[in-house]
Parts: sequence; C-alpha cells; structure tokens
Amino acid sequence: MILRRARYEAAGRVVGPLLASLDAWRRRSRSRSRARAPRTSPFGPPLESVRKLKELMSVHYFQGRYAEGAVPVAWVTSGFPVEILRPLGFHAVYPENHAAICGVQRLVPALSDAAEAEGYSRDLCSYARTDLGSVITGRTPVGRLPRPDLLACCTNICQTVLYWYRALAERFRVPLVLVDTPYVYGEARPHHVRYVKDQLEELVQVAERVAGRRAEPEALVEVTRIAKEGSDLWAECLAQGMHRPAPWTAIDGFFHMAPIVSLRGTEACNAYYRLLRDELKERVRRGIGGLRDERHRLLWDNLPIWFAVRQLSTLLAERGFNFVCASYTNAWAEAGSRIDPSDPIGSAAAAYTHVILNQDLPNRLGILRRLARDYGVDGAILHSDRSCKPYSIGQIDLKDRLVSELGVRVLLLEADHSDPRAYATEQGENRLAAFMEGFA
Amino acid sequence: MSAVVAIGVDVGSTTCKAVAIDADGRILAHLVEPTDPRIEPQVERLVAGVRGEAGDLPLGATGYGRKRVEAGRVLTEITCHARGAFARTGRPGVVVDMGGQDTKVIRVGPGGEVVDFAMNDKCAAGTGRFLEVILGRLRVPLADVADVARRAARAVTVSSTCTVFAESEVISLVASGAPTEGIVKGLHLALASRVAALARGAVTAGAEVFMSGGVALNAAMASALQDALGHPVRVLPEPQLIGALGAALAVLPRAA
Repeated sequence: MILRRARYEAAGRVVGPLLASLDAWRRRSRSRSRARAPRTSPFGPPLESVRKLKELMSVHYFQGRYAEGAVPVAWVTSGFPVEILRPLGFHAVYPENHAAICGVQRLVPALSDAAEAEGYSRDLCSYARTDLGSVITGRTPVGRLPRPDLLACCTNICQTVLYWYRALAERFRVPLVLVDTPYVYGEARPHHVRYVKDQLEELVQVAERVAGRRAEPEALVEVTRIAKEGSDLWAECLAQGMHRPAPWTAIDGFFHMAPIVSLRGTEACNAYYRLLRDELKERVRRGIGGLRDERHRLLWDNLPIWFAVRQLSTLLAERGFNFVCASYTNAWAEAGSRIDPSDPIGSAAAAYTHVILNQDLPNRLGILRRLARDYGVDGAILHSDRSCKPYSIGQIDLKDRLVSELGVRVLLLEADHSDPRAYATEQGENRLAAFMEGFA
Repeated sequence: MSAVVAIGVDVGSTTCKAVAIDADGRILAHLVEPTDPRIEPQVERLVAGVRGEAGDLPLGATGYGRKRVEAGRVLTEITCHARGAFARTGRPGVVVDMGGQDTKVIRVGPGGEVVDFAMNDKCAAGTGRFLEVILGRLRVPLADVADVARRAARAVTVSSTCTVFAESEVISLVASGAPTEGIVKGLHLALASRVAALARGAVTAGAEVFMSGGVALNAAMASALQDALGHPVRVLPEPQLIGALGAALAVLPRAA
C-alpha cells in the first residue's frame, strides 16, 4: 500500500511531468524541423497555454494508471459534486471525458461494437457505449483506467447515467451512490434542495467508508473554495470571448474545459485557468483573434461533435464564422455563483440541482438568450445530438424563439457527440453551407 | 430573340440539369440527363449544349455535385431554389423542393432570400428515390404514375416511409391482393405526410406554398401534399429546372 502510494505520488509529481515535458520537447523539435506550410489557416495563432493543458491532462491520466490500490478511486459523472470526494483523497475518473477523448480519436465505433455485442443498444448514449466498450475490451487511448472503488452518479445531466452506472456496479461489484436531483421548473424549491442535501450527507458516509477515513470539515471547506474559484476563473476565461474579435473560439473552449470537468476542486486546475485567463486577456489587449478574420459570431448549443469538431469549425472559419460562446462550456461557469464555501454541502445541493440539463425550457432559453446578447452573436447552431436527448429536446422551440426574439439566424444540425456513424458528413456540410450563404 | 447571358447547372443526386438564361432571367435553353458518375465531362457537354453559339458565359453551379464544377459561383440548392422560385413568383413564400434524394422546405423572404430551411435527415424517406424504388417494384412507369394514382378507388395504407421497409410492406400488400392503383395512391399519401411534417412549421396561414424539384412533375404528388398540408400548393412552371435557374441568376451580370 505504502509502495503503491509512493508510486502514485511519483507518477503525478515527477515521472508524469517529466514524460510530458519530454513529449512537448519532442513535438517542438519535430515541428521546427518540418518545413513551414504556407500560412493559409483561417485561425489565429494557437494558444500558448495548449502545451500546459496537454501536460496537465496527460499527467492526470498517467497518474491514474497507478491509482489502483494506492488511493481510493471513484468513477464519477460530469455533473457529480466531486468536491465532496476530494478531501477523502479520491482519484476521480470521468468516463465522459475519457469517452470524449475516444471520440476525438474516432475509437467509438470499435468500442461501441463491443458494447453492442453484449446487448447494449446502439440507441444508447455513445458515451455510455464507449465507456462500457472500453471496460469490456480494456481498450483505451490513455494507457489504462484504474478500477473504481466507488461509482458516483448524479442524475442532473440525464437518466441514462443511472442505468449506465448500474451496469458498471454490476461489473465491478463496488458500491454505487446515486444522487437524484429533481428537475427544476423555474427555481428549485427549498424541499428539493433539502432532498439533494440529505443524499449528499449520506454520500459522505459511504465515501468515508470506502476511503477508510473521516472527512475533515475544514478540508471540505477548502476544496469547495478552490472549486468555486476554479469555476469563476473558467467564467472569466469564457467572458474574454465577448471582445471583438474573440481571442479564441468556443471550439478551443471545448478542449480547454477538460480541467474544470475532471480536476475541479484542485489547485492545479485553478493554476491552469489563471495562466489561460492571462493569455486570453493579453490577446484581447493586442487584438489577436481566434480567427484571422472574424466576420460573423456564432453560439453553439449542446455537446461538441468530437470527431468532426475541427473539420466543421474550419469550414466555418474559412468564411469568417467564429463560435464565440457555447452553452456547454458555459455550464461549468454557472456553478460558481451558487457555491458557498461556508456551506459546502448545502450550496453543492443547490448548485448541482441547477445545472443547465436539469432545468426547464424557459430557463434554457434564458441562458441562450443571455449568451447571445452578451457575446453579440448574429447566428446560432443548435446541435441536435442523437446521444444526448435531454440536451436536444425542445431545440426546435428554442430555435423559433431565438429567431423571433433576437432576429439571429439559427441552424439545427443533426449529429452525435462521439459516434460518427450517426452523422452524415455530406448532408451536414451542405446544411452548414446553406446556413452561411444566408448571411450574404 | 434575346441573347443568352448566363448559364446554371444543377448536378443533382438523380438528374443533372443545365439552363441558359437571358438578361431578364428567362430560360432560353435547357437540358436534363440522369446524373453520370463522371460529373465533369457531363457538365461540360450540357453547358456546351445549352450555350449554343454564344461564347464564354458566366456559370453558376448547384446540387450535390457542384464542387466538381468549375463555376463562377457555387451555391447550395437551398439558396438556388429560393432564388429560382422567387424569380418565377416575385413573392415571398414557402418552397417545397422534392428532389431525388432529399426534400427541402425553404422559407423565402420578401427579397428572395432564404429565411429558414428544413431538410429530411440522413435517409431518403420523403424523396423521389422512395417513389422510384417502390414504383419500380410495382412495374409502374414514372410517366404514368399520376394517372394510376387517379384511377384508385381508394388508397391502400402504406405505413412505412422508410424506403427499405416500405418496399417489403408493398411486396406483402401485392401478395395479399391489394390493387396496384390503391397502393400507388397510398404511397403518395405516406410520402406527403412525411413532407408535410417537415413543412408544417414553415407553412403559416396566408403563406403561399410552391413546389419545385423533379418530383413536382408528378401531379399526384402535388395534390397529395396539398391534402396533407390542408393548404393550397402551386407547382412552379418547369419545377425541375428551378435549382439550375437559381444558379444561373446568381451569376447574371447586373444591368449597367
């Protein structure tokens, strides 16, 4: 146990960072030795912070390989109040983030086939299929995922997670905690928040039992403070997109959100966002845009289409269209205002109940309307995501309201967040082309 | 006789169309052929055919094969059908373009611009291909389809709009002795209900609905769509050429 713990710490503090900088050095020298291509890219100069982001996330996944038996491991959903687990020393694994990596690398069809062969339907969320497929086959692009000691799932993002994590619990034979969040119409009622708070208090007991130690109240206060600060820093990074030109694209944001999702409540996460914020502010000061020539500003709704995100954003960027904001990246910036370090459990109950996917359509429209106005967009693309029904339902009404109330052009684009088999490239690009022609 | 000043080609999934227009946007010559997999030589031949004696002229291209055409302007069918329809009507409205492999519902604004559009997604349900496949199975020539549908005493219900499932459904209907005329009429109703679902949001009271695309040549389809929408539908003259016309109009030299 002590040896494993030492190996885990060494992986995170010494070996991981060393390997990451070696890799960065190798990449740099490779790109120096390559003849430079003519500068035809429609994008502005890449963010310097990307290197640090890669390092941070590689070290996180590298350290994860040595977590088993060294520290308690929890597999958690993206909307789970992870702050409660951190003071107990849990290493948190985010199957959704892992599935997104698989999506970018186009590994989903193979992993999904493995899940489908075991009887899981192709109509299930592609994140769930990817994760189950990865568990079944042991295939992963991150080396190895540590086996969980605890499964922690919160229904604030969808009901699928409940069945998905039950399947994981059956497979791993470890405790599953479920935090059930009542759907919010308008504002959550006090008894709803109390109901969630009661569950979080129970969660503390289960997590303590799994971790084999008691939670220190001060440590929870401190993690909550860090998480709140992290969320606020992320909000500050996103807000730089309000400038013209926006110093980055919301597509960059999809990649830079990894720490606020997976490392929320850690100092490493916040240190990264300070660096990113400063760089973005500097780009704003110097007038450097995410696009060389930003002529139209767009809002993105729903998860990204991970496997085609670069192709689609390039297609748009070539015609001067930049995504300056996204309801998805914004979701992790919203929490900060509700988190209160002086009441970690109570404020977590309120914050995690009010995430965008747990809110009714008028609230979702309110968020889109606010983003559209604050970021001065003249168009929006609503990704109707085959895998994410809670996010996609109601988008036709949202579209009509955005068009009639704000006078912006809106396109509904049917695809999937990570399964390329549910996306028709030619037809998707045809719709995008027609959408762009409408701006002429 | 007025002179040809611009050419438009619409390289569709099923047919390839070329038109030559004069300065007023009138179609002076046109050609239609089934789309050839070798797009470039076909387009070259059709363009030469409609150009006649005229020399080099501005060329606009649209349709799925548009990227293979060396044209002055390359635009999507959505923009081109809106422009072509507007040139024909001079009024805003809703254009239902039923093509070989997709169906588009385009809301056209008062200046001929695209306000909004909706398309069938990922499958050929609700398109010309659907009719073509099933009519082929029933051995009804496309030219006779409207007459055959008209002769039906009553429609036989075809519940599938998926081309593949509808084909097997029709096979069993034939096997159970259902009359061909009734099946053909039923197919039109199934197709119309699918398109009406796509169009319903755009077709508001008082809006004019126009039909373009190759499928609009089939009179039975227009009347089935009219019934399904509960709204008058006007078939544009030469509906199959509307996309190519829009492409030609996009490169029409502006009057000095």
